[in-house]
Amino acid sequence: MNLSDRELALKSIAYRRSMLHWIKHAGAGHTGGGLSCIDILNVLYNRVLRVSPATFADPNRDRYIQSKGHCVEALYVVLADRGFFPEDKLQTLCQYDSPFVGHPTRAVPGIEHNTGALGHGLSVGVGAAIAGKKDRRDFRVYVLMGDGELAEGSNWEAAMAAAHYSLDNLIAVVDHNTLQISGRTRDVCSNEPLDEKFRAFGWHVQTVEGHNFNELTAALAPSDDIRTPRMIIANTTKGKGISFMEDAAKWHHGVPSDAEYAAAMRELDDASTHMPNPVGAAR
Amino acid sequence: MSAPAPSMYSPQARAMAEMLGLKMGRANLEEFAETLLSMARANRNILAVTSDSRGSGKLGLFAQALPDQIVELGIAEQNLVGVAAGLASAGKTVYAVSPACFLTARGLEQIKNDVAYSDHPVKLIGISAGVSYGALGSTHHSLHDLAALRAINNIDIVAPADNFETREIIRQSADRQIPIYIRFGKAPLFDLNVPTTIFELGKSITLRDGTDIAFIATGETVIHSLLAAGALAEFGVSSRVISMHTVKPLDAHTVLKAGRECRALVTVEEHSIFGGLGDACAAVLMQAGISVPFQIAAFPDEHTVTGSQADIFQHYGISMEGLAQRAQTLLRLDSR
Repeated sequence: MNLSDRELALKSIAYRRSMLHWIKHAGAGHTGGGLSCIDILNVLYNRVLRVSPATFADPNRDRYIQSKGHCVEALYVVLADRGFFPEDKLQTLCQYDSPFVGHPTRAVPGIEHNTGALGHGLSVGVGAAIAGKKDRRDFRVYVLMGDGELAEGSNWEAAMAAAHYSLDNLIAVVDHNTLQISGRTRDVCSNEPLDEKFRAFGWHVQTVEGHNFNELTAALAPSDDIRTPRMIIANTTKGKGISFMEDAAKWHHGVPSDAEYAAAMRELDDASTHMPNPVGAAR
Repeated sequence: MSAPAPSMYSPQARAMAEMLGLKMGRANLEEFAETLLSMARANRNILAVTSDSRGSGKLGLFAQALPDQIVELGIAEQNLVGVAAGLASAGKTVYAVSPACFLTARGLEQIKNDVAYSDHPVKLIGISAGVSYGALGSTHHSLHDLAALRAINNIDIVAPADNFETREIIRQSADRQIPIYIRFGKAPLFDLNVPTTIFELGKSITLRDGTDIAFIATGETVIHSLLAAGALAEFGVSSRVISMHTVKPLDAHTVLKAGRECRALVTVEEHSIFGGLGDACAAVLMQAGISVPFQIAAFPDEHTVTGSQADIFQHYGISMEGLAQRAQTLLRLDSR
């Protein structure tokens, strides 16, 4: 599985297209945050995670826990692309009696943990990582969090425990799009500076451009030198890839109108048509 | 220094216990700790997870003997429950041990989402439950836990009445694939069950049969019901005493049978009058169309009186005398 940057970029466009399609179809979804984290999921599932439908029950598989559960549509389209289930199953997204709830649940193949209430994923990741250490397994645990969700105190309880137990098999990523439902995170109730906070909690911290495949790949790769839990602050843009959705809190769970949907699809068409080659190279 | 704790039993109650041939055992807390240690010695996959609660959970010996099998998380109950779920998700057999008051209030959302909803079979051990902490006050009491957890699906709730029930549920819980909450106190208890009793989750134990009054009790109030039954016998009242150790799933069959066969019912629990065993039994009876004089002996909807656990039990009538009196009053209402 060695996808080129160009292949990843094409996948991201396809993922954005699918995500918007299914959100439009369901009439519900978390559009802005899904678009901000889709490149992170792309790199995780196509370059980093050692997990597949065939190995999902393997105790040695890498774990991915999406603590910002509301951005589930991004996860659904990536899991479908990776073969965990046929994408057309998303026809039932948020419909009566569907396993495809508006937040991740283990009823869907490929999902490790039910999330949705914020501030839960990191603790669960800490537990899985401690189990990995105890059983001397080499799996790694990845947790994706939102920056808004870091206001939940439970995250900091988990952060302390992760450092206390030197969980170098735990890698957390913050989708740092600086927006939450009410506006700028720094205006709602600032939790900045995140990097200094996590360093003070005993974590190894890296800040990357969260839409740059090379930076993400390098940061998410295993490291033998780092003996602490790792925090990757991925600077992202909420609504990334659709001009009129970018950096606007109102798209937190906005569903596009017919005209907006058509305009978004045109932008994604243009992006794939005019994609320079190679894409995503280090700046 | 605090005054010596008064006994949970009046001299008359002690005399009754002796008459019934009951022997004093130890605290369920101690029974739990020793049982878990012996299980964990035999199974390296068993972990105790604590929130600075190894002392109050009597797990000091466990930590010394099996340091690799205890995970300490400090005073952080939300993280305690989340980490326990993560450990269980990776195949560990996890006992998350923390005072019931904090575990089920501070950690409630984690219990709901990370354990019950996510279906990770964590064993949540609520220690020093009910009013075990006595005069430390309401911050340390858990009179809400049965109500809160009953309303969450996919978690069983057990309150053992004596050392036997504690030992059995701790042992049996290890291989269960459904999340479970087990709560008990730290005061020494009389042994109520005979060794030949079969303990089965969800199936109550009838400790004494009778047809006038039925006490359906759970946890550490069962002993007081049994003593009350002894006291009532001296007045010619025949009492049934049921140890409803499993609050959920409720043994509805036995509740209905008692409702049909006895003249009156009293439920007894170390919990708020709201949302616990009493409400559960009332709902079962009402929905089956069984109308019987019925009372819930529990803690009223008020700031709990200050005092030791014994003081508080006595104040609210969770005692041999209080329960016997309540039964007599209730039976006078019965015209059958």
